[in-house]
Amino acid sequence: MSQKIQQAPIPTIPLGARIQRWVGRNLIKIYAFIAFTYLFIPVAYTFAFSFNDSGKSNLIWKGFTLDNWRNPCGAPEVCNALGNSIKIGLIATIFSTILGTMIAFAIGRHKFKGRSTSNLLIFLPMATPEIVLGASLLSLFLVLEINPGFWPTVIAHIVFCISFVVVTVKARIASLDPKLEQAAMDLYANEFQTFRRVTLPLVAPGIAGAALLAFSLSFDDFIITNFNSGTLTTFPKFIYISAARGIPAQANVIGSAMFFLALTLVIVGQLANRRRVR
Amino acid sequence: MTKASIEARGDLRLTRLTKSYGDFTAVDDLSLTIPKGSFFALLGPSGCGKTTTLRMIAGLEEPTAGSIYLGETDITTTKPYQRPINTVFQNYALFPHLTIFENIAFGLRRRGKSDVKEAVEKVLNLVELPHLAQRKPTQLSGGQQQRIALARAIVNRPALLLLDEPLGALDLKLRRQMQIELKWIQKEVGLTFVHVTHDQEEAMTMADTIAVMNEGQIEQMGSPADLYDNPETAYVANFLGQSNLIKGTISGNDGDSQIVDLFGQKISLPKSRSHAVDNSTYAGIRPEKFRISLLETPVKGNVLTGGRIEDVSYIGVSTQYQVEMPWGQELMVFEQNDDGVAPFKKGDAVNISWEPAFTFGLRGDEDATAGSEVAPEVLDEE
Repeated sequence: MSQKIQQAPIPTIPLGARIQRWVGRNLIKIYAFIAFTYLFIPVAYTFAFSFNDSGKSNLIWKGFTLDNWRNPCGAPEVCNALGNSIKIGLIATIFSTILGTMIAFAIGRHKFKGRSTSNLLIFLPMATPEIVLGASLLSLFLVLEINPGFWPTVIAHIVFCISFVVVTVKARIASLDPKLEQAAMDLYANEFQTFRRVTLPLVAPGIAGAALLAFSLSFDDFIITNFNSGTLTTFPKFIYISAARGIPAQANVIGSAMFFLALTLVIVGQLANRRRVR
Repeated sequence: MTKASIEARGDLRLTRLTKSYGDFTAVDDLSLTIPKGSFFALLGPSGCGKTTTLRMIAGLEEPTAGSIYLGETDITTTKPYQRPINTVFQNYALFPHLTIFENIAFGLRRRGKSDVKEAVEKVLNLVELPHLAQRKPTQLSGGQQQRIALARAIVNRPALLLLDEPLGALDLKLRRQMQIELKWIQKEVGLTFVHVTHDQEEAMTMADTIAVMNEGQIEQMGSPADLYDNPETAYVANFLGQSNLIKGTISGNDGDSQIVDLFGQKISLPKSRSHAVDNSTYAGIRPEKFRISLLETPVKGNVLTGGRIEDVSYIGVSTQYQVEMPWGQELMVFEQNDDGVAPFKKGDAVNISWEPAFTFGLRGDEDATAGSEVAPEVLDEE
């Protein structure tokens, strides 16, 4: 019986409509592709030009070489600047993470007079334009007769990193169920044991995230550093100065290496996290 | 003091316990003794103060006034970790960063107990989940988490185990199963359980003694059967199951009974079950105690005549009737379907009768609807 039924011919969809449908279905993918291209072209450029056999100026492609990667400290001053940046970054990270975490616990967990004011004031360094913060700090240091240099830069970095640490850690604390700490106390853990065994491990990912954020903010900072570092050269400052006479390809090498290091950290972190959940 | 309190054993005594938050009094002058080894339920609707009471016993809230004794030891101001009391929290509060094994071992390790492994394995066997020891809490189902929370508490062999709506997050079927298991485990380990719940059926199923709480005070305390058969207040009568409360006047005595006039019809009520303070009273009868009969059928016991069937709903094991009485009140009647037929139809003129001993009497100045309009489904008390 079914054979007798005449199958109606499938109506052909006009080409215009078909294209329209394809675009509709793939629009998000196209958009994502364009967006990622836009984001990654500078990175790709930096990476590609780290292989440039450039000589003095790294603006024109002159040929492929691995020399820059073999000898990243080849350009004068580049590794010195990098070393300064890492040193400042580490010290600023350690202090701002410790202080910021303590502030976050104070604001997030305890009621005291002036809590909401402190909460607001914490945001100020984030909201202040860097140029204002940098200039103010410089004049403060000069009034105190402290010469710009390594330690003033460290102090300045701690100042603005603390705000970011507080905000990050506070968010983590806020998402922590107070019942967990109560359960720990109920199970014979005193205040310190509760903090050590339950609170801290649960807030730790937030603290680690805050520390990474603080380091990258410190490493990256140019404006505030430029005001307060005097003759000291940090990596961003080095690039800015050398931009006038051509950035050496070694800077591209270090930039690319930093990028891939960060990427690896993120991927490893994700994998570890996924395994932990499973 | 610290050492003494953690070793304390015996009955739990609350004396004049009060907790106020500003103008609001959550727990109001509460005195109560919970005997060692019993399964005790604090039953009440949201906001009646039962969770606050529990948290004060656990040490997580500080009383505004009054004291808490465990045996002869005053534990009112001791810290939670200095009390031999453990809690099963409403949403379990398992430590998400620790394995099930470490969750259960937490209390033992804090007190520096030896043979932790053995104790944890034993309790995991008790709750029938030994294979989950190395999992993390998020990998467990709700029912499994519930059992682990219980295991984590009872492994410490506390003098007192507090259960804060422990089954609230489970679905109905699992809840029924866990009720039976909890009762069994309580018998097995022989600890004192204090169970906070808004679910009257749950309290009745599990507890030896129930305290019905209302607005920070204990309305009535007793065995489930006591509370159900002989409620002292309209609140208890309505909160535990359903009740028909009929306004009346006590018109005389007949031996051990009172004669009560209900809109011109006389019934008798055992004096031992009358809680009236003057002549005015409410006669209370549970819907399943009523019998319906056609006008011509002779009946014994208390009889109210002149009823008319208003509504019939067949619900399987029983049939539920709404019977309108001459004074306008609708009474609820549950008839067992043991003879397989629903013999009464809407509009039938009927008598309602019952055994006089099933009647209870309440004070006439009470609000007859107290306790019936609270929504016991509302869970979270904070």
